Amino acid sequence: MSELPAVAPRGRLADSDLLAAFLRSRVAMLAALATLLIFAAAAFAPLIAPHDPYDLASLSLLDSLTPPAWRAGGTTTYLLGTDDQGRDLLSALLYGTRISLAVGFASVTFAAVLGISLGLVAGYVGGVVDAVIMRIADVQLTFPAILIALLIDGTVRGLLPGLTREESAFGVLVLSIGLSFWVQYARTVRGSTLVEASKEYVLAARLIGLSPVTIMARHILPNVLGPVLVIAAINLALAIITEATLSFLGVGMPPTQPSLGMLIRVGQDYLFSGEWWIIVFPGAMLAILVLSVNLLGDFLRDALNPKLR
Amino acid sequence: MRGLAATIVLVGLGGAAWASDDTTFRYAFQGELSGLDPYTLNETFSLGTLANVYEGLIRRGPDMEIIPGLAESWEVVDDTTWRFHLRRGVTFHNGNPFTADDVLFSAERVVSEGSDLGARIPPGAQFVKLDDYTVEVRLATPNPILHSEWDAWAIMDKEWAEENGGVAVTSASAETPNYAALHANGTGPFKVVSHEVGVKTVFEANEDWWNWGDRSFNIDRVEFTPIASDATRVAALLSGELDMAYPIPVQDIPRVSANPGTEVLTGPELRTIFLGFDQDRDELLYSDVKGTNPFKDVRVRKAVYLAINEDAIAAKIMRNLATPSALMISPSLYARSGEFERLPYDPEQAKALLAEAGYPDGFSVGMDCPNDRYVNDEQICQAVVAMLAGIGIDVELNAQPKAKFFGKVLASGGYDTSFYLLGWTAGSLDSHHVIFNLNTCRNADGTEGGAFNLGNYCNPEVDALGAKILVENDPVMRDQMIFDAFTIIHDEVSHVPLHQQGLAWGKAAGVALVQRPDNKLLFDYVKK
Repeated sequence: MSELPAVAPRGRLADSDLLAAFLRSRVAMLAALATLLIFAAAAFAPLIAPHDPYDLASLSLLDSLTPPAWRAGGTTTYLLGTDDQGRDLLSALLYGTRISLAVGFASVTFAAVLGISLGLVAGYVGGVVDAVIMRIADVQLTFPAILIALLIDGTVRGLLPGLTREESAFGVLVLSIGLSFWVQYARTVRGSTLVEASKEYVLAARLIGLSPVTIMARHILPNVLGPVLVIAAINLALAIITEATLSFLGVGMPPTQPSLGMLIRVGQDYLFSGEWWIIVFPGAMLAILVLSVNLLGDFLRDALNPKLR
Repeated sequence: MRGLAATIVLVGLGGAAWASDDTTFRYAFQGELSGLDPYTLNETFSLGTLANVYEGLIRRGPDMEIIPGLAESWEVVDDTTWRFHLRRGVTFHNGNPFTADDVLFSAERVVSEGSDLGARIPPGAQFVKLDDYTVEVRLATPNPILHSEWDAWAIMDKEWAEENGGVAVTSASAETPNYAALHANGTGPFKVVSHEVGVKTVFEANEDWWNWGDRSFNIDRVEFTPIASDATRVAALLSGELDMAYPIPVQDIPRVSANPGTEVLTGPELRTIFLGFDQDRDELLYSDVKGTNPFKDVRVRKAVYLAINEDAIAAKIMRNLATPSALMISPSLYARSGEFERLPYDPEQAKALLAEAGYPDGFSVGMDCPNDRYVNDEQICQAVVAMLAGIGIDVELNAQPKAKFFGKVLASGGYDTSFYLLGWTAGSLDSHHVIFNLNTCRNADGTEGGAFNLGNYCNPEVDALGAKILVENDPVMRDQMIFDAFTIIHDEVSHVPLHQQGLAWGKAAGVALVQRPDNKLLFDYVKK
């Protein structure tokens, strides 16, 4: 740290250790670049994808299982080839990434909001409320997240039989993944809240008669958000993987709106028969996406962890 | 869940492979054996597997010929009276003797509530015990093919069922199976040693079998594991953990054939894969069309037919291991099949028909499809969804494992479907089976009429022809009546026949077995 030149104030971000650490870490920069590229590709999928994979009317079964363009029998119409239904793999990949990311972000947001609120309440209110919330959290921690997600998915579908898969898949996925990941946020936030709640500024806020909700939201929350960011970054990768797993197991997105996991599930059937591209491209995409998000998350954790400095 | 279960099964198999010896036959199928009650599901895999444990009054040989089973002989006394002479000295697996009482009990049970096999016995038929080993069947109307499907009507032990509370049939949609669904007590060449649904079923040779002396198998133990994932099933066969696996996905046939030590048996199957429509309800259960049922209009059904490019399905999804079909029956079972032709693939005409019927912009409908029952069933459904999108019909696909699928769309589930894919094998190897079961008007709960006419296509002319066909003895006349019935069904698009799927069984090179066109695997032909 001492080698860093002392310069004039350049604003919070540029001044921070975070940016400095980032600029020094080649891995972090590479991961960030890959993540950015994938995010951009997913965000602009409708603009850059050569075909619309959701437009079922445009699929032609006769084009199915076309190999990638550079292989014998491939055409430039389908750069990465087609799947068993004649869907352009490149377009499916772009849209699939979009769905995977959307589910990932939505469920992380859901889990974070839920976890942070419960953690704040548990830490600030204490007593029975704290005990109840944290015991629920402890019990949930004893189950693997994927199991809970499967359970919630099954329950919700059982409770809402009228909903069709295509309408409900996204919401159900976000709900099940979100509900299986809130515990970490709650525990972290509760810990920090306990520390913050006894500090003078909180006491001062209480003295001037602010309501508990205001104190929690306006005063404590900003001071406990640091660690939450790290968890959110790491959980994004986890959420994407969980979505892929659920879709792979057949309880995620419907086949007509394939996410990465769904594409891998389809491709699996063609592993032995030589149509490797159906599974390899979505698999590679998922691996790169999760790896880069994870590396970024790791970097954030290390950079923000005072013990590692 | 399917993938996960398959992985667990595979891990389990890895351990078991070393423990078993040369006389154990290990095989896998894509779906599970949901229960052991032989009357729960009128479905080839369940019937075929349980046929190793339970036997009917007749049996069918390697070429589907009728041979004596628990009935040693039978005679037709007059048009409406049949007499069956039962085999003596046969015992059930628990040691109980087999007698006429068991036949009477089974005849009553098979038509009772919850049974999916009610059509085995024609309405009004009476079973009369003449003595312990003679049963007379008195019919309301003549029926020359009375016994043709009785190879798949298991005779159960009356005493055993009554003692253990297994008299009632566990229906396909039941949540709590009774004793008879969890245990088996037949007269067949194999006994069930253990049965874990979705995990493993173990069979053991029955040395007290009445035909033990003349048996043609040399295995003494059979282990069945369901492996839903195609890739996992093929991998297990290739690695030698299985002696036999079916179906082999069409795309993997070259690979399994090329692998030393494994080979693929292919052959035509009798089964026809088809699409069906709900033509019964005044409003579809799953559709955006309210107040009326578009499938009641023959133009809409015809539009769906015209929109399906079956040649593409056969070539691409089935990799030519399927024969596109204009009829609901395999051409090998009906001599005049060649006179029928599929409607051509013509999406333009389909759109025109839809517009004419009042749906120029199409409509939406839900579709039910199994995903572990027929060869590439889910892929076929997805292709159908895409093809129908081409003419503006927005299909929402609900592809499920067969246990859930059958529980929903069959009589036991209240025919809860608007549009579905199903496969059908004429169990009696006769056109009447198709006309009756799939095309005859039925009542609301399927206890009268064609129980598997899920969409209740109903035309009294077809019903009348069906009744005449059943009792007609002159083959030429009979074929003409069948022709007339099939012509009506074809013209009115009662269903959309797709294809006869091909059989593809993978087996270890050292195993000999018989592949019957009805796709039933019978252990008593297995040699290792």
